[in-house]
Amino acid sequence: MSDCRRQWNREDELPVYLAGPISSGPNQRKSYGMFSSVEGAFDSKTIDFDSYAVGRKGSRTPRSRSRERILDSGDPVEKTPGDAREGSQTNSTGEIDGTGTGAEVQFAEEENLPGKDGRLLIKGGRVVNDDQSFYADVFIEDGLIMQVGENLVAPAGVKVIEANGRMIIPGGIDVNTCLMKPYLDTQPVDDFLQGTKAALAGGTTMIIDHVTPQPEGSLLEAFERWQEAADKKACCDYSLHVDIPKWNETVKDELEMLVQDKGVNSFQVFMAYNDLYQMTDSELYAALSFLKELGAVVLVHAENGDLVAKEQRKILGMGITGPEGHPLSHPEELEAEAVFRAITLGNRVNCPVYITKVMSKSAADTIAQARRKGSVVFGEPITASLATDGSHYWSKNWAKAAAYVTSPPLSPDPTTLDHLHTLLACGDLQVVGSSHCAYSTSQKAIGRDDFTLIPEGVNGVEERMGFVWDKAVAMGKMDENQFVAVTSTNAAKIFNLYPRKGRIAAGSDADIVIWDPDSVKTITAKLQQSAAEYNIFEGLECRGGPALVLSQGQIVYEGGKLQVQQGTGRFIPRKPFPDFAYQRVKFRNQVKNSQGVTRGMYDGPVYEVPSMPKYITPSPSAKTSPTSHQPPPIRNLHQSNFSLSGAQIDDNVPRRSGHRIVAPPGGRSNITSLG
Amino acid sequence: MVMFAPPTWPRFHLLLSHLSDKGFSQPLFFLLISSSSPIRSLVSSMSERRFCQEDDCSSLLSRLGSDSPRPRMKFGGMFCNVEGAFENKTLNFESFSPQTQRRRTAPTQTGGQDGGDAATGRTMVFPSGTTRESYGKREGDRLIIKGGKIVNDDQSFYADIYIEDGTVRQIGENLIIPPGVKTVDAYGQLVIPGGIDANTNLHVPQKGLNPADDFYQGTRAALCGGTTTIIDHVLVEPGVSLLSAFDQSRETAEQRACCDFSFHLDITRWHEGLYEELETLVKDQGVNSFLFFMAYKDKYQSSDSQLYEAFGVLRDLGAIAQVHAENGDIIDEEQKKLLSLGITGPEGHVLSHPEEVETEAVYRAITIAKQANCPLYITKVMSKSAADVIAKARKKGIVVYGEPITASLATDGSQYWSKDWATAAAFVMSPPINPDPSTPQYLTSLLACGDLQVTSSAQASFSTAQKAVGKDDFTLIPEGTNGIEERLSVVWDRAVSTGKMDENEFVAVTSTNAAKLFNIYPRKGRIAVGSDADIVIWNPKEMKTVSATTHNLTVEVNILEGLEFRGVPTVVISGGQVVVEDGKLSVTEGSGRFVPRKAFPDFVYRRIKARSKMAEARGVPRGNYDGPVHDVISMTKSVPPTPTTRGPTCPKIVTGPRNLHQSGFTLAGAQIDDHIPRRSTQRIVAPPGGRSNITSLS
Repeated sequence: MSDCRRQWNREDELPVYLAGPISSGPNQRKSYGMFSSVEGAFDSKTIDFDSYAVGRKGSRTPRSRSRERILDSGDPVEKTPGDAREGSQTNSTGEIDGTGTGAEVQFAEEENLPGKDGRLLIKGGRVVNDDQSFYADVFIEDGLIMQVGENLVAPAGVKVIEANGRMIIPGGIDVNTCLMKPYLDTQPVDDFLQGTKAALAGGTTMIIDHVTPQPEGSLLEAFERWQEAADKKACCDYSLHVDIPKWNETVKDELEMLVQDKGVNSFQVFMAYNDLYQMTDSELYAALSFLKELGAVVLVHAENGDLVAKEQRKILGMGITGPEGHPLSHPEELEAEAVFRAITLGNRVNCPVYITKVMSKSAADTIAQARRKGSVVFGEPITASLATDGSHYWSKNWAKAAAYVTSPPLSPDPTTLDHLHTLLACGDLQVVGSSHCAYSTSQKAIGRDDFTLIPEGVNGVEERMGFVWDKAVAMGKMDENQFVAVTSTNAAKIFNLYPRKGRIAAGSDADIVIWDPDSVKTITAKLQQSAAEYNIFEGLECRGGPALVLSQGQIVYEGGKLQVQQGTGRFIPRKPFPDFAYQRVKFRNQVKNSQGVTRGMYDGPVYEVPSMPKYITPSPSAKTSPTSHQPPPIRNLHQSNFSLSGAQIDDNVPRRSGHRIVAPPGGRSNITSLG
Repeated sequence: MVMFAPPTWPRFHLLLSHLSDKGFSQPLFFLLISSSSPIRSLVSSMSERRFCQEDDCSSLLSRLGSDSPRPRMKFGGMFCNVEGAFENKTLNFESFSPQTQRRRTAPTQTGGQDGGDAATGRTMVFPSGTTRESYGKREGDRLIIKGGKIVNDDQSFYADIYIEDGTVRQIGENLIIPPGVKTVDAYGQLVIPGGIDANTNLHVPQKGLNPADDFYQGTRAALCGGTTTIIDHVLVEPGVSLLSAFDQSRETAEQRACCDFSFHLDITRWHEGLYEELETLVKDQGVNSFLFFMAYKDKYQSSDSQLYEAFGVLRDLGAIAQVHAENGDIIDEEQKKLLSLGITGPEGHVLSHPEEVETEAVYRAITIAKQANCPLYITKVMSKSAADVIAKARKKGIVVYGEPITASLATDGSQYWSKDWATAAAFVMSPPINPDPSTPQYLTSLLACGDLQVTSSAQASFSTAQKAVGKDDFTLIPEGTNGIEERLSVVWDRAVSTGKMDENEFVAVTSTNAAKLFNIYPRKGRIAVGSDADIVIWNPKEMKTVSATTHNLTVEVNILEGLEFRGVPTVVISGGQVVVEDGKLSVTEGSGRFVPRKAFPDFVYRRIKARSKMAEARGVPRGNYDGPVHDVISMTKSVPPTPTTRGPTCPKIVTGPRNLHQSGFTLAGAQIDDHIPRRSTQRIVAPPGGRSNITSLS
């Protein structure tokens, strides 16, 4: 059944709004003018999905359409959504034209959808998107926003929600959660049910979770496992990042499959976790090159794993075993260094890089500087780094201190959060995640005698939106539009969910939050949705919070009460080559062709490379000498000469295998393992 | 030294006002003013300069407060113009840094006494030090340099210099000297300490090719350019003993070199076993600097862990870590990419070694050095951004030094695209010379303000025929450029004659800073009583055009061909011998001596030592956590079959709630550990044993 459901989901997510004819869009808009104050003006401001992104159409439309049809024919049970879409596909132009002028909700589809009760009208609210705010009513049907406009008249039987001038914002998107990340044999106490419940209670209507395969395991299998678990449990829409634990040839095929068929367009690579997930720079270079060709966004866990391992050993050697050893062994510099390196790699490969979990000022500054130099890099601070600091690692209460353990650690510098909020407000950092990965105290206690064994992860999915409002908007650093951008729209753009998610516009998913900027609540573990005993924000006051949350057009949270149904969350596939990240990359690809100099052949004397008596070991010279006698032309003579001496030097270097020259890939993988 | 200035000045004013109050005549007043004005200007100019580069001289300044400056104060202040004033300005070797004192007891003691006696202007018979005597040839070689302006890194003054036995014996006016001494005329010219070139590769084979200019050719060229000491690199191929490589190089150099030399060791493969050899080298052989490569993947490259370990060891030994900073992994990939694009010419070299790759590695090296609390010296700073990273790190207080080279200060990398293959190939070096034409000026500015400290040449010359080994593949071109001969002129022309730098700063970046960093100061890098007689008489006005036809190297292409530089050495004295005079070079092969360098240079290590004391981290004393502990049961997925048979017995031993958890945990620890090598089982079973194990690794 779940399989069947998922298929249905998949077709459901198919871009209704993208399927229409290409030409209709721009014309239509022009006829109304962008800022005409006449009736119907607001409709034209809602995005016309048909005309959206020319580049995407080519790749998307044909496939989605064909698959949809196949699925429809094979699935007689759920006929309606498919039909509706089919309809909108064929005559979408006319329909949208109609809505443009009307101040009244159109019921063109009503005949097709008898008995549908998912209709809602939100009246009198202020719609806040990332680019502008305006007063409008929002009409929702079938989990989609059908119309945004002034003075919409609700037909009979439609539930009306009075917003009373409150803000209507697109539901938050939390791009970084780990609800199933295994640690040893345990899993976080917040699974997809608990985690998504917490997300909805905080105004987040979509999460992107990390799939964490085992180093030897298959990425595809892990992905399937995650998807299955989430389909059963998730209460809000979700999507999945896949972590790449190891770089090798087999991974490539799986990655291609994930991007092409599974709707994953973002993969995480690790510069930390020595001997476990860490990749060398060569591997990172190869991975980035490959992922760039696939059009994926590369998430980087940026910490210098080599040095972290050394520091951990040093700290343990000093007899420090408590959680304070964690920040001591993960100093800020190592994070900044890795961020710098990741950006350098990204620049060289010309691949967009997304830094997950920006925890320190220096890392954030590094990102900001790189952006100033034109690098395509995005930075994601998380709830924890935006709301608290790392002083608690030195708490006398072990359980409390351990609750803060995450990598990179919270910076002990108390000014960090202000700095990060400032950068977020000015656009140097783009996305707010939560890195929600809640372990119970007893799970954390696995590392009570050794901080390196404490499972890493903090909560934050529920508090994410609230703290950004409290610390940035309520302080006057950020306006409400930027608030929407960093909590939802930017994430949707980077990960290619836009404009389905991250915007209130006709055709978008009805993931909507009515935001109450004045509500004040004190965070405490007792009142949270998460199952963890400890909340790292315990006792902090937070202004602003959701008054009402709609997920897929359903009211899931109202007045502090959560009404969710397990398994209602759908998997949202994401297409590769998100414009937001890849447009610049594409142009740079065209420009960045290096060219050689055409010169005449060098015809001067060439030094004969002598064999070096010092380093010759008898056996390899016997092996390699035949090759040096073979080639007749002058050019080959030198080449072979060189490979002779090269091979001989190699023999002294254990990590360099002789076949590097013969077969480079084999040699490289060998080096990799030594790391 | 600046510190003395403020107290003396008000006193001076007081005195003056006092005198005028007493009704002294105007002329006398003017006399006083005029006699003091040169000093005043000197003081003010010096204080400015000192403050701007305060950070890198903090160890020097800090000395004034404590043990060493006592003898100086005795003579009544720094700038008293009474008789014997100049003697105070020359350094008192004995009071200087305990290490040097211990090492060079015999020669310095005699030198120190002589200096004191010379102050009174008596003629003396100088007992020559034992070390010098062994060389024989310097005996009885006496020189007096007359009329020049002596320029040290802290001040300039007019004085004559009397040299005997390869050592500066007296400095002052109207020296009383024995008859029959050769006089060198330096009127109207500057007398500066001989240059120290801290980075040459005269004996480093690359890809089986020996440099075209070996110790003999190279040091000849060095002397012609005013450099009297070189610190050469000894590249130790992986698997070769450090000591034997060092011995071999030293032997070769002793036979061939014409000027004094010392050695850096390039460690191409780090492992724990090197510790003993390093200790011997540092403590007995006089090597205090070691270079690591972050480039040359699969060949010489060190990983971050290796660097961290090595830096820790070097810090404990009191040596300086040097890095060749480029990200070898990225370069390797870029090289493959370019070759596959069909780019095989020398332009591929610069394309595959982009500036960012250098910058990234510099940043990483600094991070590692900071973590290991080890002083770091970045060789060959070739780009603006790399220099900026160093400057920023210094502003954050990290002990790091940057070394631009002749090539990066004098020219840019546009020649890589030259149509003439031989010219383009001559520029090939790593990191490459930056194609950005504003780089030389930028680096000169940072050099002038103290953000970069040392200039060197990175001399490694290969003939065109040798370079042509890579005519079909730029990755095979041996890397290296010339620059040993032009270095001082380049700095003078680009920095001093353009007004960016003064003559004292010039001495600092070409000689004194290197001497301080590598702990041969004040024997080298200063003109003072007791210092080695490595002296250059510098004519700041003369121009010289660089050309491969007139230079003293054997390579056919000079990368600075046709450039004109103002400022040339007219006389060069090395070890008390006049080796260059009137454009003529007269050197003896093998006259160069090995200069041993002691560990823990003060200039570098004062701060490091203090920080080591501060850096102790402390744990939080807490009660034992006695809450529930999650039982880590065996993971079916990744547990290998063997440990499970052993395992299940453990969690069933139920003696009490606490023990239950502990035993459960032990089991799991063993199983997890099987995958993660760094977590050893002993640690959980017997923590102290495990921990001591870990300690030895870090």
